[in-house]
Amino acid sequence: MAYTTDEVLAGLAELITDETGIDASEVALEKSFTDDLDIDSISMMTIVVNAEEKFGVTIPDDEVKNLKTVKDAVDYITNNQ
Amino acid sequence: MTKRIVVTGIGASSALGGTAPENWRNLLAGVSGAKTLEHDWVEEYQLPVTFAAEAAVRPETVLERPVAKRLDPASQFAMVAAMEAWADAGAPDVAPERLGVDFATGIGGVWTLLDAWDTLREKGPRRVMPMTVPMLMPNAAAGNLSLHFNARAFARTVASACASSVESIASAYEHMQLGLADVVIAGGTESAIHPITVAAFASMQALSRRNDSPETASRPFSASRDGFVMGEGAAVLILETEEHALARGAKIYARLAGAGVTADSYHITANDPSGQGAARAVKLALEQAGATPDQVTHINAHATSTPVGDPAEYAALKSVFGDRVHEIPISATKASTGHLLGGTGAIESVFTVLAVQERVAPPTINLVDQDPEIPVRASGEPQPLDAGPQLAISNSFGFGGHNAVAAFASYDD
Repeated sequence: MAYTTDEVLAGLAELITDETGIDASEVALEKSFTDDLDIDSISMMTIVVNAEEKFGVTIPDDEVKNLKTVKDAVDYITNNQ
Repeated sequence: MTKRIVVTGIGASSALGGTAPENWRNLLAGVSGAKTLEHDWVEEYQLPVTFAAEAAVRPETVLERPVAKRLDPASQFAMVAAMEAWADAGAPDVAPERLGVDFATGIGGVWTLLDAWDTLREKGPRRVMPMTVPMLMPNAAAGNLSLHFNARAFARTVASACASSVESIASAYEHMQLGLADVVIAGGTESAIHPITVAAFASMQALSRRNDSPETASRPFSASRDGFVMGEGAAVLILETEEHALARGAKIYARLAGAGVTADSYHITANDPSGQGAARAVKLALEQAGATPDQVTHINAHATSTPVGDPAEYAALKSVFGDRVHEIPISATKASTGHLLGGTGAIESVFTVLAVQERVAPPTINLVDQDPEIPVRASGEPQPLDAGPQLAISNSFGFGGHNAVAAFASYDD
């Protein structure tokens, strides 16, 4: 069963909150992981690893650097389920 | 010229409580922190020892989740105790370049390491978390304390098994004598009540086997002692030059008068039965304090409750104090807290600081049949200390042949 974009966003927000303490309502599609959410590279990798498990996807390391905004991540996960 | 160094803040978390005052209250009340372990792994691995002194308050319930998540339990305990001590000291206003960290652990992030091993075997390398290394490294506590409290003078780590956290206090003393910092966050931590460490310590016959009576298992100085009881937790002292403390009007608990560190070069685990390495550490600490053995009014012994350790410490004390050792009120607080390994010297130093300040030597519980070969002045009840100047020592010895002694003097005299 595929996740909808909204479900992926909500699930990703949950992982981000768990890792960083950032309120889930802050996690909007246009936000940049580094500039807006202040997520460092180790937290980003932790979120990626947890997202792979949660959504059953594989996000190659080369791909992670292209995930600049929350929308980039949501789109990647949604399209690669 | 020797600088005067004082203690301006304390913090502790152990089986006796989540704060220093709670630990002290329960210690004086004669409480034991040891209990039967309720984890599935005790049964699963058929561990020969089924009890320990687990912390009364889990540190992850005190810290904010994003903070706790990035710390091994050992560093979580360190953070909780340091936050308490820092607040207790009145959050000193000190330049970051004049604030240091001297911290200790015996083992480091053993839970993180072994959890990652389980993850690797069960789920593969991709699931091994990126924070694994910075969480398991032995300097994780020192590094995280430096980060949290903006300490930039230095953040150094001592590892000398069960002598670790008196050695970290000794390091702080030395660093402050060298003029490298005005304030130092000093202490030690351990969180190693894990099936592997329980199995390993049991395998070397170091642990008490009194599975049917955990509360009375740790019985230092008793003839029926049969090993130590594992504990966990952390303790922190905020050490400050007297000059800095007085300038900001800080409350002062006691003075860190000196600290001595020596090595046995005798055996990797057994202590030298003659106690000469330990005796030299006591003498060094007193020498630095500018004091003589006859000025010592209280001893917090290492006394782990093992058959061979307690008599060797007695031999050391006897060689320094002569027959007067039978008159000095002594406390073996591991009877109550269990053995915090790398955190033990720090919590016992906190107890020693409070003992000289409040003029009371804490009780040594479970002293059911005092060994005639160890005729020290211990008691199941608190022993009052007199109103005059107090000078107390806290001893810690560790695998590797490490001996460390800190001397604390009352400040109000």
